[in-house]
Amino acid sequence: MSRFFFTHRFLILRRISQITLLVLLIGANRWGWKIITGNLTFSELFEKIPLTDPFALLQVFAAGASVKQTVAVGALIVALFYVFLGGRSFCSWICPVNLVTDAAGGIRRGLKMDFEDEDGFIRLSRNVRYWMIGISLILSMLLGVAAFEFISPVSMMHRGLIFGIGFGWMAVGMIFLFDLLAVRNGWCGHLCPLGGFYSLIGRNRLIQVRHTADLCSRCDRCIAVCPEKEILSEVGKQSGTISHGECVLCGRCVEVCEENALRFGIRKILKRRKT
Amino acid sequence: MHERDEKPKPVSSRRKFLFQMVRSLGMAGITGTAWGAYVEENKADPLILRPPGAPPEEDFLKQCIKCGKCVEACPYDTLRLAAPGDQKPLGTPYFVPRETPCRMCTDIPCVPVCPTGALDLDRVSKNRGNMEIPDIARARMGVAVLDESSCLAYWGIQCDACYRACPLMDKALTIDYLRNARTGEHALLIPKVHCEQCTGCGVCEHVCITQKASVRIFPRDRVMGKADPRYIKGWDKRDERRLLNIPDRFTIRTERSRRKAQDYLNDEGILYE
Repeated sequence: MSRFFFTHRFLILRRISQITLLVLLIGANRWGWKIITGNLTFSELFEKIPLTDPFALLQVFAAGASVKQTVAVGALIVALFYVFLGGRSFCSWICPVNLVTDAAGGIRRGLKMDFEDEDGFIRLSRNVRYWMIGISLILSMLLGVAAFEFISPVSMMHRGLIFGIGFGWMAVGMIFLFDLLAVRNGWCGHLCPLGGFYSLIGRNRLIQVRHTADLCSRCDRCIAVCPEKEILSEVGKQSGTISHGECVLCGRCVEVCEENALRFGIRKILKRRKT
Repeated sequence: MHERDEKPKPVSSRRKFLFQMVRSLGMAGITGTAWGAYVEENKADPLILRPPGAPPEEDFLKQCIKCGKCVEACPYDTLRLAAPGDQKPLGTPYFVPRETPCRMCTDIPCVPVCPTGALDLDRVSKNRGNMEIPDIARARMGVAVLDESSCLAYWGIQCDACYRACPLMDKALTIDYLRNARTGEHALLIPKVHCEQCTGCGVCEHVCITQKASVRIFPRDRVMGKADPRYIKGWDKRDERRLLNIPDRFTIRTERSRRKAQDYLNDEGILYE
């Protein structure tokens, strides 16, 4: 049993992180708790520290609105955190949709639905999310509203859990079925522009997964669990850090690696000076 | 037929690149069109009622970041965020007066919590000396509209529920005493909405006793007209002062004013086209 906890330690921590945040925000709306109030697009920590979704604010700017300082400061705080520390950790540690897509991914793995030679029902490039960012911003500009916020299943689900979801369950269900039946890691790994946005700004983050090729036995377990398996292409070939922006820092690869060839680490900032 | 013997030329990488670029742009165009059409349809609900301190709908939609802080701040659970299926612009705050009207809190807690300025205290404040003091009576969330045919007071039955409930009683809603011509010996107690004062809080709609409310709140720009500035209330000193700001030459062109008055009166007698 303790072995299970050890091999799922980050998964458990992530679920605690995701669910705690949700419970705190639901409590803020239902019972007036003051720890963190609002939702994922904007919230306030201890009624003091503003936290804004920088991508949402970018769309608001593209729509041509001017806003108060508070949101801008909040966006800066969040953006700086992900630029320097977290990279795309939002996706695996905060985002509620991750619960849904992980469930779909787990069932796919459990039922062995991924065949290497399969053509796939739908083929999607992992770059579609970057196009989605572009379309979001252009549409925001043309329509004068934050365009992705009108269709974002992320905010739909999150807002829904806190303020009442209506038919939002359908959006959540769609993503579940899409990930389960159509494309492996379809939403988070291919389409979601919010994840794409954090990929773009998180390329130079400090926290990265480090790989030691000498220890690697090439069992490929890490690649099986990774939601962005392209980023592990160097595993077993070359030591180094997984510095791709697409890494969500979920730590699944670290957990499943029995050889300790993958570990969380801090990027060496002064690497260049050393050589 | 010697062309057939030629091997197909390998596709140049430039050609491939160009084709992929065009294909991606095409897909983006398809997605963007569908997505844009959905947003455009979704954002248009001309009859939605917004919290106090909101600008005109178009600006509100630009600025609102859908965080729900105003909803959390509302002590009466009047405000709600539009969820999928509500057929309102998704995630934006609104209220339904028949169910829960705005209680017009004097400290207006829903407005200062807005992080973007989509709800702005300046729009619901009055100047006292050098201080800006919140004044909920300045809110213009909507305006009450009365249906005379279903209002019991117009029938001659005594009901002044809306009048008594109005937070701005005798200002936004007054009672006119008229003679009941049907009986010849009773009075009609007729409620009358004063648009200039009405905040659109919706308490009147909430308390209206008819099965479907006979007095209902609509967004102001859906209901109210606008007299152009050449019409001045000569009996009102304050209104007359507006004359000073009107330029010497001032014309408003309408469809009818394109032709001279003699023309449209004499030509076949058509008044409206």
